[in-house]
Amino acid sequence: MAASVAAESQPSEAGGPNHGLRIFLIWLPLSVAADLILYFVYGPHMPPGRMSNTAQSQQFDIKVMSVLAAPVMIFVLVFAGYALIVWRRREGDDSDGPPIFGHARIQATWITVTAVIVLFLAGFGTYELAWPGMAGAGGGEGPSPIWQPKGHDFLEVQVIAQQWRFTYRYPQFGGFETTQLVLPVGRPVQFNVTSLDVIHSFWAYQLGVKADANPGVNNVAYTTPQQTGTVTVRCAELCGLWHGAMFDYGSVVSVSAFEAWATHTEAVLASVTRMLPPYASTYDPTVIPNINAAMAKAGIAGANGYYYPPQDPVQP
Amino acid sequence: MALPARIVTLLVAFLAVVALAFFVVIHYFLGGPQTVDFSAGVTADTGATVHVVMQEDAQNTVSTHPDWVSYFIQDPTTKQWLHTTVFKVPAGSRIDMTIYGYDGCTPLRNPYWGKVTGTIGGTEDVNGTPVSQLNSWSGCNVGHTFSIPGINLNVPMGSPTNPNANLCSTSPCTSGPHKTMTFSFMSPKITGSYFWQCRVPCGGGFIDGFGGPMQTIGFMTGNMEVVS
Repeated sequence: MAASVAAESQPSEAGGPNHGLRIFLIWLPLSVAADLILYFVYGPHMPPGRMSNTAQSQQFDIKVMSVLAAPVMIFVLVFAGYALIVWRRREGDDSDGPPIFGHARIQATWITVTAVIVLFLAGFGTYELAWPGMAGAGGGEGPSPIWQPKGHDFLEVQVIAQQWRFTYRYPQFGGFETTQLVLPVGRPVQFNVTSLDVIHSFWAYQLGVKADANPGVNNVAYTTPQQTGTVTVRCAELCGLWHGAMFDYGSVVSVSAFEAWATHTEAVLASVTRMLPPYASTYDPTVIPNINAAMAKAGIAGANGYYYPPQDPVQP
Repeated sequence: MALPARIVTLLVAFLAVVALAFFVVIHYFLGGPQTVDFSAGVTADTGATVHVVMQEDAQNTVSTHPDWVSYFIQDPTTKQWLHTTVFKVPAGSRIDMTIYGYDGCTPLRNPYWGKVTGTIGGTEDVNGTPVSQLNSWSGCNVGHTFSIPGINLNVPMGSPTNPNANLCSTSPCTSGPHKTMTFSFMSPKITGSYFWQCRVPCGGGFIDGFGGPMQTIGFMTGNMEVVS
């Protein structure tokens, strides 16, 4: 591409240097070197790392896109640099450059090459999303996920976002709720992400998981942790005054350590769990009218004399 | 218009814009509730005890939002109640809190926050009785919470038992039905600003109760400044 475009756009004069070939010979080794460095040297350190299969997949995607983008960018820089040096205006040269007309071959080449790249990326991206090993590539798939991992031995973790903290429920361990996110290594995890107030976004950076947390919606995302370590969880949706402070740290531990933690936490939090509403895929706001009814029956005057008064903008 | 008049007009307009910009910066960005200093005379990181006294009221009659629920802090020197939610404590110290709950009850949207966490002993005293959790869905017993996420502190605030009690209507409250909560926690050794908040959706008049006073420093959220 580089050679043909350069050659056509600046045809050499008879007997003059072949600019297209020159540019190509500069561009080719630079591009090869850049791609090798990007893929093999910098690639393993690219975000979000390789802590889970989804993170590893995202890192691979970024590496592929970098390898595709680098030659294009290098061509632009080489062409610009070459033009500045070789085709600069000389002292005393006030003549115009050669007129430029349409050129079918250049246009066809340009359209073909860019179309191939875009279509390849579309197919590549779709494959990465749909491949059963990736199952959505760590993104939220809504309440009815199209792509699911193989098998059904998921650890279910409900992520409840609220101003300005995440809590996590473990329905397979009695439905206890905690501020700690702890996951076992090697076991597929199904995150059921929801919110009980405004819109948030659950972003477990090192796991490559990012899913919007919307009130009344169960947004499902999958991942399988591959390494033990610390996970940074942040809210990625501007959600109010303390949005910037809405983060915590989770951990991926061995299966035995996770089982021990979950069993212990379930027992410790048993009395709190009894206060919680029954586990549901969303933090069911329909319980709120029940609270309102109970309050009205008891004649309770809450803060400001009501819970959600009729004059409030939105009733749950 | 004559040239001098045009210059004067332009100058006046320019100064007016500058003055407006200064007002906005000073009033809205640099202004804010005052900081109550509990660190004076206390050496940090010695485990010394600091006593912080606060109250939460169903309304406030001292601001431009009289219908907003609000916390107040008592000045440790003058004992005056100040309409602020920003206070300063020494690092590595024991903070003994007393909070008077004058506001009525409101159920927590997430009853998980009825659990006491982060206090010394894992409990709070409500009218002298130690409790480790309050179930806001089973009775009229929680008005607000005092929560500092940065140190995993969460303490539900009890509310007057009688749901039909005539709540204090002039803030800061000095009389009327209320509950007294006492608890202690250690301030972190790392200095900085630790925000605190209420987890009861008590922003009446806003979507799902999560606006207004819930999002405004000086009402139901604030900062604990930890200094060395």
